[in-house]
Amino acid sequence: MKKPLLDIKNLRLSFFTPAGEVKALNDVSISMQEGDVLGIVGESGSGKSVTASSIMGLIAHPGKITGGTIDFNGHRINEMTEKEMRKIRGKEVSMIFQDPMTSLNPVYTIGNQIQEVINLHTDLNKKMAYERSVELLELVGINEPEKRLKQYPHELSGGMRQRVMIAIALACEPKLLIADEPTTALDVTIQAQILELMMELKNKVNMSIIMITHDLGIVANMCNRIVVMYAGKVVEEGTADEIFYNPRHEYTKGLLRSIPKIDSEKHEKLIPIDGTPVDMLNPPAGCPFAPRCGECMKICLKRMPEFTQITGTHKSACWLLQKEAFEQERRSAK
Amino acid sequence: MIMTKDNHIKTQNALIEVLNLKQYFPVKSGLFGKKFVKAVDDVSFSIERGETLGLVGESGCGKTTTGRSVLRLYEPTDGRIIYNGTDITNADMKPYRQKMQIVFQDPYASLDPRMTVGDIIGEPIDINKLAASKKERNDIIMEMLGRVGLSSEHANRYPHEFSGGQRQRIGIARALAVNPEFIVCDEPISALDVSIQAQIVNMFEDLQEKMGLTYLFIAHDISVVKHISNRIGVMYLGKLVELAESHELVFHNVHPYTRSLISAVPIPDPVNSRKRTRIILEGDVPSPLNPPSGCRFRTRCPYATERCKTEEPKLTEISKGHYVACHNI
Repeated sequence: MKKPLLDIKNLRLSFFTPAGEVKALNDVSISMQEGDVLGIVGESGSGKSVTASSIMGLIAHPGKITGGTIDFNGHRINEMTEKEMRKIRGKEVSMIFQDPMTSLNPVYTIGNQIQEVINLHTDLNKKMAYERSVELLELVGINEPEKRLKQYPHELSGGMRQRVMIAIALACEPKLLIADEPTTALDVTIQAQILELMMELKNKVNMSIIMITHDLGIVANMCNRIVVMYAGKVVEEGTADEIFYNPRHEYTKGLLRSIPKIDSEKHEKLIPIDGTPVDMLNPPAGCPFAPRCGECMKICLKRMPEFTQITGTHKSACWLLQKEAFEQERRSAK
Repeated sequence: MIMTKDNHIKTQNALIEVLNLKQYFPVKSGLFGKKFVKAVDDVSFSIERGETLGLVGESGCGKTTTGRSVLRLYEPTDGRIIYNGTDITNADMKPYRQKMQIVFQDPYASLDPRMTVGDIIGEPIDINKLAASKKERNDIIMEMLGRVGLSSEHANRYPHEFSGGQRQRIGIARALAVNPEFIVCDEPISALDVSIQAQIVNMFEDLQEKMGLTYLFIAHDISVVKHISNRIGVMYLGKLVELAESHELVFHNVHPYTRSLISAVPIPDPVNSRKRTRIILEGDVPSPLNPPSGCRFRTRCPYATERCKTEEPKLTEISKGHYVACHNI
């Protein structure tokens, strides 16, 4: 197998707050190959955004990586200094954020902000940098790029700003683009525009994408591989088809049952997941989903299950599968 | 449903009727100029008793403003609001507040952090003098907590001790405390986690069944609105562009805006979503300060003609209960 583009192994990350240690990531392993569109799905507090920030080396105080490794494109990210990190951030890996208003600087023109990245990472002179920024705005589908370059973020609409963010992220043709809820603040019709743009650009500039979202519709549409996170842990991982048509973790199953589908002909009652999200200050001892799980067993409350490999690409961490595996083994032994 | 001659949509058993509602907000421009944002411009609809009418549309389309104007939280610029046969456009709202309630979007901002949950739910009971004694007040609070799936010991706690979903339950309990007939649900689930949304949606459905409630359900998540509503209205830049029974609106929509809106909703099914054709709209929503002449959607509409530029399309009935405002059908 080819060396993965990104390989996160047993990552642990905690925030040391006055109220106590919050284990935001607990033994997270994710790897992706070049060309993958990887979806990370989870609700607030599941650790999906923190995972992204740690790949970018953007974990700020009081957060701290307490274990594990992040290897990306030949770099060991978790051992790099800020100075080294700056060289690859924006060049080999870029990120776009949820809110395009707060992630652009309001006092600089769009042109300034695009050219800043180009100047930092390439040897292009001023004129060439300008031409490159015009080219980038055209690439992301912005009309009259020369005029837009002179404008400030407040003069653009939300969808436009997100296009500018993408232009900045793509300025140096990164290997990996991390999109953290890139369309949550946008309207559906604009969301469709932006998602289509991202997929188009992926093929044009040959990059990989990590798509972080809570919207299962978006990952079903875009991603070939999906990681489901819950309370700082990866609970299931597989191809899009495996996750949607053969979910093996009770949380994934629950999520899929609980969302209304616009294309369903009948009115079916939704089946919600009971209970409330995990309090990350006092997480349960065993499987974090156990208190809300309909199939919870005694062991679930005590110990976190290991992953069960279902197919070559599909794995899930659930005691039910372990039990299955165990019984199967016993039967074949007989 | 009948169409009166001045283009009003009326139902026989309407609890709420909204006739030609206009809601303009003044904005300053220049030294002497005064301009108006036409947030809601000539919108008419009615909601039958026990029905859920969904309102969808993108930000700035006026769906929230419509909801608030119906409750007269804003004073409508023009038009009439009729509640249960009585014109309440200029009426004293006090007696009606008890009948008409609202649940807000953000459960973090809509609860007073310094009041206990019991007092939050108790306040509307006090204002409307619904309890004769302290005990009765307490009984109502406990009953409401039970109805929304919270327990009695929660009454003495403060909002910050609760998660988003639980807070939204408190907000709903507060709305229910006065025994209303009609509730405006203004994006009640969009601030909640996916796994919690279904809990709240189901609760709205159960409460409707038990208490015979009528809802105006406002949200941008069309899948959820389709799930909960009997009929859906689609708004664009302050105008109602299509109104139909939910199933009809999702599967047999005709307005070009509705079509692209529905096709843009991502569906959580990889195979079906690969098969689907999306209609991607060009450009952004124009500013409501200077809406396009004629049909407001024409600047983004792939079928726009000269007529759309000059003449505003009227909402017309194309099949029973299905209303569309478009020249090209």
